[in-house]
Amino acid sequence: MSGDAKTTQALTKQALADGVDPLKLVNDYMVPAMDEVGRRFEANEYFVPELLISARAMKSALELIRPLLTARGDQPLGRVAIGTVKGDLHDIGKNLVGSLLEGGGFEVIDLGVNVTPEKFIATINEKKANIIAMSALLTTTMPSMKTTIDALKQAGVREKVKVLIGGAPITQKYADEIGADGYSENAVGAVALAKKAVTAA
Amino acid sequence: MHPLIRQLVSHGLVITDGAWGTELQARGLALGDFPDAWNLTHPDRVGEVARAYVEAGSQVILTNTFGANRIRLGEHDGADRLAEINARGVEISLKAASGRAWVFASIGPTGKLLMSGEVTAEELRAAFAEQAQALAKARPDGLVVETMSDLEEAKLAVSAARETGLPVVACMVFDSGKNKDRTMMGATPEQAARLLTEAGADVIGANCGQGIAGFIAICRRLHTATERPIWIKANAGLPTMVDGRAKYSATPDEFAGYIPELIKAGASFIGGCCGTRPDFIAAISHCLAAAREP
Repeated sequence: MSGDAKTTQALTKQALADGVDPLKLVNDYMVPAMDEVGRRFEANEYFVPELLISARAMKSALELIRPLLTARGDQPLGRVAIGTVKGDLHDIGKNLVGSLLEGGGFEVIDLGVNVTPEKFIATINEKKANIIAMSALLTTTMPSMKTTIDALKQAGVREKVKVLIGGAPITQKYADEIGADGYSENAVGAVALAKKAVTAA
Repeated sequence: MHPLIRQLVSHGLVITDGAWGTELQARGLALGDFPDAWNLTHPDRVGEVARAYVEAGSQVILTNTFGANRIRLGEHDGADRLAEINARGVEISLKAASGRAWVFASIGPTGKLLMSGEVTAEELRAAFAEQAQALAKARPDGLVVETMSDLEEAKLAVSAARETGLPVVACMVFDSGKNKDRTMMGATPEQAARLLTEAGADVIGANCGQGIAGFIAICRRLHTATERPIWIKANAGLPTMVDGRAKYSATPDEFAGYIPELIKAGASFIGGCCGTRPDFIAAISHCLAAAREP
């Protein structure tokens, strides 16, 4: 777990060539490594740079493994449609959560910034996303989260997805108020939250 | 030390200003609209905010140019108006100050993370140089590189700002880690103070990220780690949502109550960030005036 993407990819190639089951590689090696990264983040030993490097290494290995899993019909842990809400253009946090979710075994559909409720709804309908992850940095844009949840209800798709939210001004209390399924105060927690959301479903 | 900074700090604490975005919203800026563009479309209302701070007792006011760099402006289709937005921002604050306050022009982060590869150091350097030069042309008294989460980006901004010959303030956001005493990238106040001093900033500080109580320890640690004067702009507590609007927990008097401790911790410049208004600055002025009475 040195975070070296090239070495990670080489090791993964070697393991696959040796006939190690790709799913076993993910579950027995990569997931525990990312869990350890998460633990060090919680313990203030790691910060955003280490998370980014780890996610990059994880991604480089998954690029080799994902096609093998898809070919034999293994489904990803879940499909996450992620974006910053309407009016909000700040995507550093969203990008970080996206890469960590990918590293955690999720398929991530990145809708970018300033995402309208309609775009989230279309992604649920067309791409079968089962998690909606919304981010807002500003207190002035966080009300768009409520607007989006209300729009999901109106479109009749609210029950098809788990809604997770995050961003600097967001609190658990706000998540409860607007009827989101979960909130995490950091990117590492977001992965655990997403895992919990899909197993609870 | 830059002569202007030496002059400013020689008379004791310097009061800066409070938040701008929320004040502009109170005057009609819509959700998701780009505040800096109001320098061209609503200069009168931007001027009202600047004037309100001068009248509340700000000795240094900033400018409505926080996001007016090419990387951010590109997202709002306004890159061609960049020079104009920056120049007008300085002019509006200068006019409002009309000699009663100094004007330090604001330079915020680009919103892109160097480490993730979304942007290169060269692109950041060019964007900051362009904004700093555009601001300098309108002749502010200084430049403030603020709300930075990444020291690498802050250093590029400081070196671009220094090219203008104006005094340069550089401040970081400490909002990460268990004690909220690290930047997003994990830097401590000591590391920030050392690197920003090396980069040549004339004043070093912290803004945004948390309520004023958390700034006492950060201020002390910055002050211990550098000879440069310290600049603090704290939030008015943590926001809670009331009827869809953010409400900050601290009152002006509660906020001003921390000023003596901040001065003891080494702050030379004090103002407010998110959630603070002109009445917060007025409360600081009263608190200082009371302390000065025999």
